[in-house]
Parts: sequence; structure tokens; C-alpha cells
Amino acid sequence: MKYDTIIIGGGMSGLVAGIRLRKAGQKVAIVSAGQSALHFNSGSMSLLGHEQGRDVANPLVAIERLHPGHPYSKLGAETIRKYASEVAPLFAEAGVTLKGSAERNHYRLTPIGMFKPAWLTLEGYASVDDPKSLPWGKVLVVNVAGFVDFYPQFIELGLSKAGLECVSRTFILPGLETLRKSATEMRATNIARVLKDEVVLEMASQINSYLKETGSDTVLMPAILGLYDENPIRLLRSKVVKPIHLVSTMPMSVGGMRAQMSLCKYFQKLGGTYLIGDKVTAGRFEDGSLKAVSTQNLGDMPLEADNFILATGSFFSHGLEANPTSIYEPIFGLDVEASEHRPEWCDMDIYKKQNYMQYGVVNDDDFHVFLQGRRIDNLRAVGAVLSGCNSMKEESGGGVSLMTSLKVADDILNGKGGKK
Amino acid sequence: MNYQEQNISANNFEDCIKCTICTVYCPVTPFNPNYPGPKQAGPDGERYRLKKPYFYDEALKYCLNCKRCEVACPSNVKIGDIIQSARIKYTKSKPSLRDTMLANTDFVGTMSSAFAPIVNATLKLKPVKVVLDSVLKIDEHRQFPAYSSQKFTTWYKKEAAQKQDRFANHVSYFHGCYVQYNYPQLGKDLVTVMNAVGYGVHLLEKERCCGVAKIANRLVKEATRDANINLASIRKSVADNRVVLGTSSTCTFTMRDEYPHLLHIDNADVRDDIMLATRFLFNLVDEGKVKLVFRKDFHKRVAYHTPCHMEKLGWSVYSTSLLKMIPGLDFVALDSVCCGIAGTYGFKKENYKYSQEIGSALFKQILSERVDAVATDCETCKWQIEMSTGVHVDNPISIVAQALDVEATMKANGVSI
Repeated sequence: MKYDTIIIGGGMSGLVAGIRLRKAGQKVAIVSAGQSALHFNSGSMSLLGHEQGRDVANPLVAIERLHPGHPYSKLGAETIRKYASEVAPLFAEAGVTLKGSAERNHYRLTPIGMFKPAWLTLEGYASVDDPKSLPWGKVLVVNVAGFVDFYPQFIELGLSKAGLECVSRTFILPGLETLRKSATEMRATNIARVLKDEVVLEMASQINSYLKETGSDTVLMPAILGLYDENPIRLLRSKVVKPIHLVSTMPMSVGGMRAQMSLCKYFQKLGGTYLIGDKVTAGRFEDGSLKAVSTQNLGDMPLEADNFILATGSFFSHGLEANPTSIYEPIFGLDVEASEHRPEWCDMDIYKKQNYMQYGVVNDDDFHVFLQGRRIDNLRAVGAVLSGCNSMKEESGGGVSLMTSLKVADDILNGKGGKK
Repeated sequence: MNYQEQNISANNFEDCIKCTICTVYCPVTPFNPNYPGPKQAGPDGERYRLKKPYFYDEALKYCLNCKRCEVACPSNVKIGDIIQSARIKYTKSKPSLRDTMLANTDFVGTMSSAFAPIVNATLKLKPVKVVLDSVLKIDEHRQFPAYSSQKFTTWYKKEAAQKQDRFANHVSYFHGCYVQYNYPQLGKDLVTVMNAVGYGVHLLEKERCCGVAKIANRLVKEATRDANINLASIRKSVADNRVVLGTSSTCTFTMRDEYPHLLHIDNADVRDDIMLATRFLFNLVDEGKVKLVFRKDFHKRVAYHTPCHMEKLGWSVYSTSLLKMIPGLDFVALDSVCCGIAGTYGFKKENYKYSQEIGSALFKQILSERVDAVATDCETCKWQIEMSTGVHVDNPISIVAQALDVEATMKANGVSI
């Protein structure tokens, strides 16, 4: 089968690149080995949240100070400014509402009651401009009885440290009784399937009565609604008499899944081909270009394309793998930037900087990758598989994925950076 | 040094990082609280079962073996295979009379075809349904597929067999129980389409049920016997340079993947030669080896449903690409979700309610799309969707046959018989 572009990896990076290319009329296929890391999303994405341990106020300014090998440095602040403004509209087309600005970070509330810098936050999730002056007044934290992936005590502790008064209540919904019989399956996503229409109205009236009883000004609840679309969140917000915000839970992330499914649906609606549960097993390289890839499911019918994008993620998504002696890119064996000395991979103090987190595939200024020292003219990498950034330390994972995906898609469309 | 890779247990179960993605794509979990979910039933439970079989949980029977957990797993853990293997290995009770009857699709089919009008009429009678329900625990709401009075192979030998050798190219056809006993028209459609592009269609020397229902109902000995008979015939066909085409995603999946994974029969030498007809045909067209010419008066709005085993095969791209080639076909992609029947699963009284709940989102979407027909590669999905929505369901091969200008296609491919 022949495509204009094949994208390996069906998470956020792959889908965003795929949508961009498909909208410009390219024939695109995405091969995705299982579901993506978006399922673990916090409800927010960061462009750049930390710089040398301190919170970043304006990511676009701080980006100019990053080291030369960083993906952002290759893109340049102006390109990032341009693409950053295009992300929320692109997600909106797919039905996903994102709020925030690249010029000024806001703060998201973490599940353990801390505040972390963020760039874009999904509809309904709790966020504030400045954690030092919280606008919430007395906070009511509500949870569904029996839902164990959410810890109101942490939130209470965090908010009380910030000087807020906080109370918590649990409620029971008859609609959840079936689910409750299986304790291990009382998960955010399963609950979210039930929380819609009348069940949301019932939940709203219970929350309203708790508001009245406790005299609270703001409600926080786990992000356990809005699996398929944002309607249940909007409905709840319109029925609860005070402001209500969602706090991310332990995985699976309902908001992240909604984003994944919405982007995937949008890509397919645009006419893109999405091959889920399939794995690229090998590539046919000729004269410094990748001609075709074979997959586990398609067997002896390879996928040919003019361009290929590697969007396979980092260790968590198996875009990179490690064995006791080496760190490698498992599909093609691409050149990887990583120390050959295992003791250097990580620091035994988990809170220290972990070197392995910035390992990734070697790439040039246009994100082309290398095989045995030779640049591959039509294979570019995007997102977490790239070397040069420590997304955990920097809080930059979402931004790097989105910025590099948009840039690489545009380069392909403009015929840039091809054969040298 | 490769010791990590060599130290992985069966079905990659040690690769599970406990991320729980599988549980959110399981169709059963949201509706049946008695099912522990794929993570608990699969890799989590396996750790305990390996210590002591005592930890085996009979609730694993609620797994409908859709394999959607495996498709979702980012760590390549064979969750569905772990669960099915555990059911086979640890269940103490013998399969019931009902399960044995439901599983023996070929034996029951042979008997029913012989008396098709009587069987079809009888199975619709309320008192019969009540008896099936109360005595055998086959749910009274379930509609049985009608049996055909003429078997596919009877038609084939009478009407088609003689001319097949005259074609330049040749394939074998694994028709399966459904085409044989219930719906020979699909087999006829395959012969029409393949003949039109210059391929003769041949039966296997011997064909038995693929065994999927026997495996699901733990009749492993019987399934293994049938699998070996099928593989012997498939090997002969492959030796004659004839790939083996199927029109059922489940039969095809079973012979390719369940034979080695669950029955432990090595099929590696012929696995790549067993494939769906849509894959074979699409590839011929894609490589420019054959041309399809479609009728100008064909107009239909068709929604494609991805059967679970098709999702696992990863081949819906072939069926949908073929359908999209038809100029008069208004294509609608349905969300890839389970229809709920899972073969014999949805016939069982204890599963019927859940079966319909699982499929409800799909049925709603089909009805809202106002289509003329649904296309799907699985026969039990067809029964389920037709019973639950009233919308007619066809195999993509049948839709291609309906839309094909047979004479013009033969001419375009230089076929003259």
C-alpha cells in the first residue's frame, strides 16, 4: 500500500502530524502499537514549566535560554510562538477545548494538592493564575464513595497549606451500584461511562445540598466525567450553583482518553488510516532513504511512502528500550544519544536529574534521524523519542511533542529538508 | 547478552506494567460486575495461578475473547490468550450439553440443513424457545440464524466446480460453517468475484469447523482434531500454489493465531497463506494485477463495522479500502466497538443481557446513520446487528459482488471462460 506519509506511533504527536498532513490533502496512515501515553495525561500540557528548578512565568522568553541541542532551540522562539497559537484551534476542530497562553503559564492542581505550571488545560480541570492568591474561598472536595483513585486528604492538606478552608464529602449514586460490585473495576473511565444525562443531574443536586450544608464557595471533584465528549462537564457546571472544577485522578485519565479518542476520530474523519494494535517490524532502506516498512499484521504487504515520521514516544511507550547493556531504538536500530556507561543512566536519588530522561534518537536541525551515522533523508522523529530534552524536569513534554509534530508536518508539505 | 529477552514468560505476561489501559477497552467490564476485568483476569491473576491453581476464578468465563485488550496493550502482553489458556487449563467442570451443542456448529449444521424448513420454523416457535431457555439455558430472546436447505458445497459441486480449472489462477476457499449451512450466498458471491478477475475457486480436500466455538467452550480435544485436519488440507493447497481465502474474520483469525496460541499447533509454514478474501483481492487491485469495474446503477449507503477479531488481525483497512473503491457506495465508518455476541457467548442465558448492553452503543450509532446496509466480515456480528437493529448486514465480498459489473470486469482482466 502506498501513502504520501506513514507515521509510526498513534499518540498525540503522531495524530497531530497526521491531522496536519491530511488536512493539506496528503494520503496518511498511522501505525500504532497499542494505546498511547495520553491515557495518563494530567489534564494539562506544558510548553516549559521549570528552568533550573524554578517555575517559568513566560515560556516563550525562557525557551531562548535553553541549550543548543534542545528541540526548542532547533525550532527557535518565533516558530514556537507561531505554532503555539495554532494548537488550541486545532484541538477545538477535533472537539477538545484547551485553555491557556504560551506567554504566561497558569497553574494546574495536581492530585496531591500541589500547583504546577501549565500551558494548556483541558475543559473543566482546575487551574489558577497564581497559586499564591487562590480565588476559591472555602472549598468543598467531593468524591464518589468507593472510588479509590482519588485522595481528598491530599487535596485538603495542600489547600490548607495555601491557607484555604476545606471540607470533604462523599456521595453515592444509584447508577454506579452495578459497577461498585467489582471493586477493582471502580475506575475513573468506567465511572465516566455512567456519569451522563440524568445521573449528572442527580449528582449536581447532591453536590448542591452539600454546598448548602457546608457553606462552601467552590467545589473540587475527581475528573471522572466527560469520557466521550465535554457535554457531561458542561451540564454539571450549569447545574451546580457554585464554580466546580475537576482534579486529575490516578490513571486512566478521563480527559486524556477523551483527547486521544477525539483526535483519532477527527483524523479518521478527515480520511486518514489508523492501524491500531499493529507494530512496525522492519524498514527497507535504500541509498539513505526509507522506502517501505513492514508491520506485524500486514505481513508481506509492506507500507510504502515518500516520507515517514517516527512518533513512537520514549521508554514508557517503547519508542526507546533498554537492556542491561544498552539503550536502543527498537524498530530500526537508529542512532541513539545515550551514555554507554550504565551507571550514568540514572541517579539513585529519584529526585535528582535523571540522565536517561533526555536520551533519545540522534537528530539534525530538521529532526531527521540517523542510521549508523548516515542521515535518513525522509525519516524524521517527533515528540518524546527525540533526544535533547528532559521533559519531566522541564515540564516540556506536551510542548515538544506538539511543536516538533507541526514543524515536521509543515516541512514535509513544503518539501523542505529532503535529500542533501 | 540477551538474558532479559530470553527470560520472558509465556504470552509476555511479565511485560505487563500494570497500566490498566486494557481495562478501559474491555467491552464486558462496564456492564458485568461479575467479570474481574482483563488485567485482573489476565496477567494479575496469572501470577497467583502459577503459584497455586486454587486461585483460578470461574468468572473468567465472562471474557468474550474479543482480544480488544491485546489491541490496546502498549506492552504487547497477550492478555486474551492468558485468560483463554487459563480457562482451558484450570476449569474443572466438563462442558455442559448446551455448550457442546453450541460449539459443534458443523455437526448441528449438518443435521439442521437436512431438515432446514422444519428446524427454521421450529426454532422460531415460542414453546421451543421457552424449552431451550429453561432446559438448555439458551436465551429465549436470541434469534437463531436460519439454516439453508442447500449446503454451499452441494451448490458448488453442482453449479461451479467444473469450470474452476479453466481459469489462469487459482485459490482455495475455506467457507466455514456459516457459508456451508446458513448462508451459501456469500460463498457464491466469492466465486463470482474471484472468477470475474480470473481466479478459479477450489474447495479444500477436507474442511472441518475452524474450531473457534469449540475452543471457547473448552472442547480442546475436538478442536485440535479439526485443526489438524484443516491444516493438512491447507498444506496440500499451499503446495499447489493456492493460497487459502476465508470470508469470515473469526475463522481466519482462529486458523492463523488461535491454533498456535491456544491449541499449541505449529502452523508457521502456512500461516501467511491463510487470509481473508478482502485482503487478497485488495492487494491484487493495489498492485495493478487485476481491475474491478463497478456498475453505474449501484447506489448504497453502507456503514462498516469492525469485528473484534478483524481488529485483532488489523485487516479492516483491506475491507474498507475495497468498499471505498465502489463509486456508488456512500461509506460510513462506525466506531470500532464490540457488538456483544462473541459467537456462542451471546446465545447463553447468563450472558444475553450483557451481550445486548455491550452492543447498545453500536446499535444506536447504526440506527442514527440511516444506512441501507451494514458491512462486516463476521457472521455472528451479522446475526447480532440484524437482530438488534433490523438493518441488513452483508459481508464486504457480497457488497463487491452486488456492485460489480461482472462482464465488464472479466473483459478488463482478459478473462474468457
